[in-house]
Amino acid sequence: MPDNDLLKTKLYDIHLSNNAVMVPFAGYNMPLHYDLGILKEHLHTRSKAGLFDVSHMGQCFLYSDDLSFLSVAKALETLIPAEISNLEPGKQKYSQLLNSDGGIIDDLMIGRLGFEGQEHKLYLVVNAGKKLEDFEYIKKNLPEGVNIDIADDSLSLISLQGPEASEILTGLNSSIADLLFMSSVDVPLTPNIWGHVSRSGYTGEDGFEISVKNSDVRSLVNILLQNEDVEMIGLGARDSLRLEAGLCLYGQDIDENISPIEAGLIWSIQKSRRLPNMQYKGVKRIIADIQNVNSKRLVGIRPEGKVPARAGTEIQDAEGNQIGLVTSGGYSPTLGCPIAMGYVNGKFKKVGTPINLVIRNKSMPASVVKVPFVSTKYYRG
Amino acid sequence: MSVYYTKDHEWIRVSQNIGVVGISSHAATQLGDVVYVELPELGKKLIKGEELAVVESVKAASEVYSPVAGEVLSVNETLEDQPQTVNESPDDGGWFVKISISDMNDLESLMSQDEYSAYCIGS
Repeated sequence: MPDNDLLKTKLYDIHLSNNAVMVPFAGYNMPLHYDLGILKEHLHTRSKAGLFDVSHMGQCFLYSDDLSFLSVAKALETLIPAEISNLEPGKQKYSQLLNSDGGIIDDLMIGRLGFEGQEHKLYLVVNAGKKLEDFEYIKKNLPEGVNIDIADDSLSLISLQGPEASEILTGLNSSIADLLFMSSVDVPLTPNIWGHVSRSGYTGEDGFEISVKNSDVRSLVNILLQNEDVEMIGLGARDSLRLEAGLCLYGQDIDENISPIEAGLIWSIQKSRRLPNMQYKGVKRIIADIQNVNSKRLVGIRPEGKVPARAGTEIQDAEGNQIGLVTSGGYSPTLGCPIAMGYVNGKFKKVGTPINLVIRNKSMPASVVKVPFVSTKYYRG
Repeated sequence: MSVYYTKDHEWIRVSQNIGVVGISSHAATQLGDVVYVELPELGKKLIKGEELAVVESVKAASEVYSPVAGEVLSVNETLEDQPQTVNESPDDGGWFVKISISDMNDLESLMSQDEYSAYCIGS
């Protein structure tokens, strides 16, 4: 394996000392799982608290020379379907970077900084595998006077997820207790370590994403690992957790040919942004896909038996006609049964619709179900 | 009774012309938590190297190949409800199938336990 070419996060040594099985992912050498294994890491995150290294993800800030938040928000709003100009300080939204055809270049988190003197800035977190392309695309499309500050070389990112996460982090700074889902604060976590803490994640659990300086991340992780309820969690469980939560994985469930409407992400597009007078990239496709009930839709799928349906599995209607493909599929450790997501022709998107999955040349019964598969525990106060 | 191993990490424990097939503990560890095992039908005639079973872990599906040509005499029904037995006892309770071996010469190309251990260290 040409590991030499792979990048390492600042937590690489900690992964190795925790016996991680390392795999190449998006150009980085990342932990697939640790001693517990994927299944137990998954269940641990659902019952206690899981700690993830997500430092491979891209972090950047957008700001305007005139220090106006509105200038930055309006600039970014030309590239994404979400409304940003109404974002309050310390709040964040999920959205998608769109190309001119309305396909998804990447999905991302967009936060407005909440601390005094920085409220005019946007903080973005994008996927590792797309970050260089994203940064280039954003830069190219920003108007004169609006700038991108790429923080990849200076900031690390970790995520603490699960029912114990709040109590554990509150022990480091009590102000975190009141933070609501999709909100952030910038606070000291030790006398020397400041973190940008947002209440969000990729597991469906209550949890936090914490951006800290590269030079602080190892100390912070070691402090968190002192708590016996905290386990390091690898990419394997990260994938099964997000699938149970019904969250899309870029490159698998969404890509440059798929629109946010097809991907079931209409909830992330405010009503005012679904109007034909909107000017952002790909808006025509967004409006067309909303109107076209036959355009494909991402749905949750529950196979009837025990056989997992993996990505690429053909989906058929009751008569055996192909109606779509599975894009994410596996075993749900929480439910103890297989679950999947895939695209079907819009006619088949209704919950309860019987479908068939072709697995190893056998037709297996399944049905369309609602997502998330496992109810989310987001803290909304 | 002798045990032989394949390069694909299956083992076959042979007594006269009957072989019991499973996967090595090395393979079970590599696969991770097994959540489903698809076993062949009784009476299925296998050729050497043919797909014998499919093991599904949380992450992925992997094929298990038949170390020898033969016919499926019985399958381990425990795996239907307790697929994790493959992880817990890969060399014993986690066996997959019992085969009547049609050509004992098939065993000659397989590895002994010592050869297999060396093979795992080398790979």
